[in-house]
Amino acid sequence: MRTGTGFDIDKANMQQLPDLIACKECDAVHRRLPLGHNEIARCSRCGAELERDMRAHVKRVLPLTLASVFMFVIANIFPIAEIEFHGVAHSTTLMGAVLSLNAEGMFLLASLVFATTILLPLLQLLALIYLLISIHGTARPHGLNLLVRMIQTFHPWVMVEVLLLGAIIAFVKLTNMVTVTSGPALWALGGLALLFASVLSFNPRYIWHISLPERRRKTAAPVNRTPADRAPQEPATVKTELP
Amino acid sequence: MKTATAMGMVPCSHCAALWKDVEVHHRCGRCGARLHPRKPDSLNRTWALVIAACIMYFPANLLPVMITESFPQEEQRDTIMSGIIYFWTSGSWVLAVIVFIASFLVPLFKLAVMILLLVAVQRRSSWRLLERARLYRIVELIGRWSMLDVFVVSLLTGLVQVHGFAAIHAGPGIAAFGAVVVLTMFSSISFDPRLTWDAGEPEDGKPDE
Repeated sequence: MRTGTGFDIDKANMQQLPDLIACKECDAVHRRLPLGHNEIARCSRCGAELERDMRAHVKRVLPLTLASVFMFVIANIFPIAEIEFHGVAHSTTLMGAVLSLNAEGMFLLASLVFATTILLPLLQLLALIYLLISIHGTARPHGLNLLVRMIQTFHPWVMVEVLLLGAIIAFVKLTNMVTVTSGPALWALGGLALLFASVLSFNPRYIWHISLPERRRKTAAPVNRTPADRAPQEPATVKTELP
Repeated sequence: MKTATAMGMVPCSHCAALWKDVEVHHRCGRCGARLHPRKPDSLNRTWALVIAACIMYFPANLLPVMITESFPQEEQRDTIMSGIIYFWTSGSWVLAVIVFIASFLVPLFKLAVMILLLVAVQRRSSWRLLERARLYRIVELIGRWSMLDVFVVSLLTGLVQVHGFAAIHAGPGIAAFGAVVVLTMFSSISFDPRLTWDAGEPEDGKPDE
């Protein structure tokens, strides 16, 4: 069972090293440097991103996430496109496309499309809104660990921007055959893809840093005396990102 | 350059907290995720997923992905390649190139790169470590774009259902194609890029005494 007390038992002989960071792609250990506005720390061995300054972005994420929910609703209730063929019109929503795949007997493929374009984006947005609102409270948000890990795990499977390109290609393909008009959902999908690019660039890992500041200060002192800290380390290379 | 493993530390894969004196089955004290020095069983899992993706690659490209029925009793079966050729011959060169890259080149490139990374790790190769690290990053970034054709077919299937006149059905090829995309994405997720450096620069993997 993963409970609050469970961590403390594990921690009995474990020690956190808050001044160091290991590269997640090559395992090289670097000393953590204070990052300036929008700065990115990169591994000096393999070039992977170690840390990124999120202080400016974290203020923007909540409004962007709320706007994304608005776009998400429009993208899902309105039709994506309508075709007219010999005087007969037919339109489909995103969910309609998923259901017709299912009706073709492709349940697994329909589930994949449903998960990557409807379910996971929605879960991602709702979890972010909940976390970003509740971290301003005094108590640690309920389910914080699980939700942040969920956001990280689902990240590669949110494919709104791929769906947008797919919708454009489907649209162009049809213009050669029938009369086709774009629906409001196609435009909302464009907005959603843009908003999502910004929302998902927020690494939810940062939530642990802002929600538990007192814990870091407490563990910082004894760690400075560990032998590991005296081992030679190269400092992280810091590259500045243009605003 | 010292690695965390060489210094007896384990980083949390989720919150990046670095821990010392970790025992097996310990969880991260900050976020509660299980701590592993490397992704568990990475090579075996990645090989299994890559091989499965290679097998599915054949039906994905040989079977029809889309079946267009139009009045009267005309039926057109499109594979991934014939869809690209259709765009090219009908003058939509930009779309032909986009679909060719996303549906044909990207899956092939991903499979080739994953096999290269796996073989290089197993041969304990120190050949072009930095370039291999970069290749892995590219594979992680572009993998999702292969889903393009799955979305195109599902939208067309949903849209073109004019009873008695025309209908588009999803063919069995697109299910296999979706499987290739999902399997290759899982394979790049299960591959641990740190193994490349462990095998290529082993002198850093040993603790210094």
